[in-house]
Amino acid sequence: MPTTTENNQPIWMRRTPARQYAIWFMWFLGVMLFLLCFKVVSDNTIWEFLTDAHVQAASLIGRMVPPDWSITGSLMLPLWDTINIATVGTALGVFIAFPLAFLAARNTTPHPALRAFALSVIVSSRSINALIWAILLVTMIGPGLLAGMIAIALRSIGFVGKLLYEAIEEIQPTPVEAITSTGAGRMQVLAFSVLPQIMPAFAGITVYRWDINIRESTTLGLVGAGGIGLQMNAAINNLAWAQVATVFVLIFGTVIVSEWVSAKVRHAVI
Amino acid sequence: MLELKGLAKRYATGDLALDNVDLIVPAGQVLALIGPSGAGKSTLIRCVNRLVEPTSGTIKLDGDDITKVRGNRLRQARRQIGMIFQNYALVERLSVMENVLSGRLAYVGFWRSYFRKFPQSDIAQAFKILERVGLETMIDKRGDALSGGQKQRVGIARALMQNPKLLLVDEPTASLDPKTSRQIMRLICELCAEQNLATIINIHDVALAQQFVHRVVGLRAGAIVYDGPPEGLTPEILTTIYGEEDWTTTHKDNDEEDKPDNKGVEAALLGGHP
Repeated sequence: MPTTTENNQPIWMRRTPARQYAIWFMWFLGVMLFLLCFKVVSDNTIWEFLTDAHVQAASLIGRMVPPDWSITGSLMLPLWDTINIATVGTALGVFIAFPLAFLAARNTTPHPALRAFALSVIVSSRSINALIWAILLVTMIGPGLLAGMIAIALRSIGFVGKLLYEAIEEIQPTPVEAITSTGAGRMQVLAFSVLPQIMPAFAGITVYRWDINIRESTTLGLVGAGGIGLQMNAAINNLAWAQVATVFVLIFGTVIVSEWVSAKVRHAVI
Repeated sequence: MLELKGLAKRYATGDLALDNVDLIVPAGQVLALIGPSGAGKSTLIRCVNRLVEPTSGTIKLDGDDITKVRGNRLRQARRQIGMIFQNYALVERLSVMENVLSGRLAYVGFWRSYFRKFPQSDIAQAFKILERVGLETMIDKRGDALSGGQKQRVGIARALMQNPKLLLVDEPTASLDPKTSRQIMRLICELCAEQNLATIINIHDVALAQQFVHRVVGLRAGAIVYDGPPEGLTPEILTTIYGEEDWTTTHKDNDEEDKPDNKGVEAALLGGHP
């Protein structure tokens, strides 16, 4: 905010000229970096394949339409499994993430060492994709629904834990002070001043993660962790695109229903 | 009766907020603590219930030294000290009844309080106090559905539920309009007389304080510079407490010109919401 004087008039500029030039130079470097990256990508792309991409896409969609509805009945059980994987996995993950969030939040943690522990659990859970967790778990406990549920739970711990401890750190401190000043115990302070303040965030985060988990659990079958992904994988391997399309439509319908449920829950808890 | 002896607080930043404060507040006395923003008024009352740890000195409540107590004994000391806040500090998503019953938390176990199974005697007391503060029709309203004056009444009811011996009141009227301010001050002073409570009220509005309290203590830079009756606040004394200003103009003018400003500054310093 440099102010100079010109003709006895104070002049105000947002930045000094040197700083302004520095900012332009950074933009210039950014554009250069983008062009360089584009060249590297371009050199490694066989552009000839792209010329008939629209033909390929049209042909693929042509083989998918109309979907093969005859397999719908046999997909219902795997779909039910998928929803169960997402729901039980979310519940398990939230169950573990909830206390972890209180240990990880700066304003509720009992000890810095516990905070470090909770944060490291949250980070390691978040750094591994649910599909990778599923591969590890199928190796460890064998294929099936259980591996899928635990994979979803392990991934959810980090997501729910992180968002929840951030919500805890953002609460208003004055009600906490007020409840503390009544002589309430530590747990009572949490239950009466922190918990009511984070309930809307908690409900929102949980249904949001459940919503994501419905979609993630549809892919877990690809690695043998149960659910509709197994049927989708088989159909793709058989090049039965009409059957793949049926799976897509069912997943689409399920996701719409889960969106609707999430919106309802978020609305109810405010 | 509250006795403070040589109370001092130095924050980690090095700021000396309280400098060797000696103060005795007998039961039944309403004391107004006045002073400029940053003089240490908030720190003083927060040291008494140990929301802020004093650096040195002693705090005695009815003869018990509570300066160093910890754990259960600290909670037992705190439940004898009610506190009322500038921004009401209600738990806004809980009902009026739940907010008022939270004043009994130190008397019931965790699970009973978690499932809201408070003893019938507590619930009867809550009904009685809610009627006394004029909120008997608001019992099931949520905290965030109330007006400022109603919220402060809930805050007062919560403090009284503790059956306190001492009431600490931090800027009770700073967020309220002039009429509600007077009603709230009158209510606090009446309740203190009814229950024979020692009371410390932090307040910016000198005229309002003079109207209601028995005794005024002026704080400047963490030290007591005036201790006497409200009539003794001459322009010279006010200059000692707040610094140079024309104190001879009518209070009405002062109210209109200075009050909004003071409110904003104080709220900003406390990190609150004006």
